[in-house]
Amino acid sequence: SRASRKRECRIMATVSVCQYHRGGFSFENCKRNALLEADINKLGFSSPAARKTGTTICGVVYKDGVVLGADTRATEGMVVADKNCSKIHYISPNVYCCGAGTAADTEMTTQIISSNLELHSLSTGRLPRVATANRMLKQMLFRYQGYIGAALVLGGVDCTGPHLYSIYPHGSTDKLPYVTMGSGSLAAMAVFEDRYRPNMEEEEAKRLVRDAIAAGIFNDLGSGSNIDLCVITKGKVDYLRPHDVANKKGVRTGNYRYKHGTTGVLAKTVTPLNLEVVEENVQTMDTS
Amino acid sequence: MNTRGLRSQLKDSVPVTGLCPQAGPYGVQDSLRRGFSSVKNELLPSHPLELSEKNFQLNQDKMNFNTLRNIQGLHAPLKLQMEYRAARQIQRLPFLPSSNLALDTLRGSDDTIGFEDILNDPVQSEMMGDPHIMTEYKLGVL
Repeated sequence: SRASRKRECRIMATVSVCQYHRGGFSFENCKRNALLEADINKLGFSSPAARKTGTTICGVVYKDGVVLGADTRATEGMVVADKNCSKIHYISPNVYCCGAGTAADTEMTTQIISSNLELHSLSTGRLPRVATANRMLKQMLFRYQGYIGAALVLGGVDCTGPHLYSIYPHGSTDKLPYVTMGSGSLAAMAVFEDRYRPNMEEEEAKRLVRDAIAAGIFNDLGSGSNIDLCVITKGKVDYLRPHDVANKKGVRTGNYRYKHGTTGVLAKTVTPLNLEVVEENVQTMDTS
Repeated sequence: MNTRGLRSQLKDSVPVTGLCPQAGPYGVQDSLRRGFSSVKNELLPSHPLELSEKNFQLNQDKMNFNTLRNIQGLHAPLKLQMEYRAARQIQRLPFLPSSNLALDTLRGSDDTIGFEDILNDPVQSEMMGDPHIMTEYKLGVL
């Protein structure tokens, strides 16, 4: 009968929800996406590309702390999506993190780790350490087996001194005195390998990082616009955004607008439109 | 959060779907409840991470209990598992979302934030099961 058939449909729909609804990533659409991907390529279209930060990011440890640098271009395929995006993310008052790779992934991952680190430091009652942030990040990225495309340069100063880590999307990390990541990493690394020396002064370190990012900006298509710097020392953070505007947009020299009165007015007639209200209908918005 | 090393036996960590995964109570396909099944759908997961994510919490717990057993002896995981079982029974009605606060506190995940709190939060799900059907399912009357 109709009632029992309706009941059956409700049962089937409900049982799918009966399974304990967990939060987190949902893989429901993966099969559908795979089919769409195959069909779209046959038709000749291309699927939308994720916004990446094809980037140059780098960091250097100097005498009193850490200098992190990043460019400010975000690309979406072959188009620049954001001319001035901020790639140096806040993790804790003494730890900052530059992110390369998929923009959303770096953004969300650093925000999650920042929240976790804040809760952790409230629980311990101490300033968080860079090694803690590093371990949290690498455990999360390894859990997702590289599907979260976030390549990070993590730097900060804690009670044990200045530290700098590079974290790859699959979860491996390196603790080094100078690191670069992103599509412009080779250009930046070339500058570092040439001019890095241990225990530099602050101005020299800032100049080195600025030059490394500039090398990435001018030699890599995925990096561009300005150079942001973040200087972290014990008790002080200098977030210089922008530290250097390497690519200024040109100013238009001519103006094609015509001045008022260029075209002479010969005659003028004004016809008022008389509209009368036929019907008025008020619908209140459901703001509950 | 991984607080302990990975010295436990992992061979029984990931439960694999059996030969007839959509078996209902009588051992045959439960088309009414789980829809049509096809070999292709069952053979491979739709995403390499699907299985590992589904069992992640389970595997974490197993690993932690194993390490705890190796360090402190059998009594420690036994006591903890009993507490977990008790905490897991504190639920609201079947069709309402439960906070699982006691369970979270025991696990230590009440002061961590992960993707399961941000994406697809069950509290903010737009779908709710039919209350009658869900209670019947829970009580086994269905």
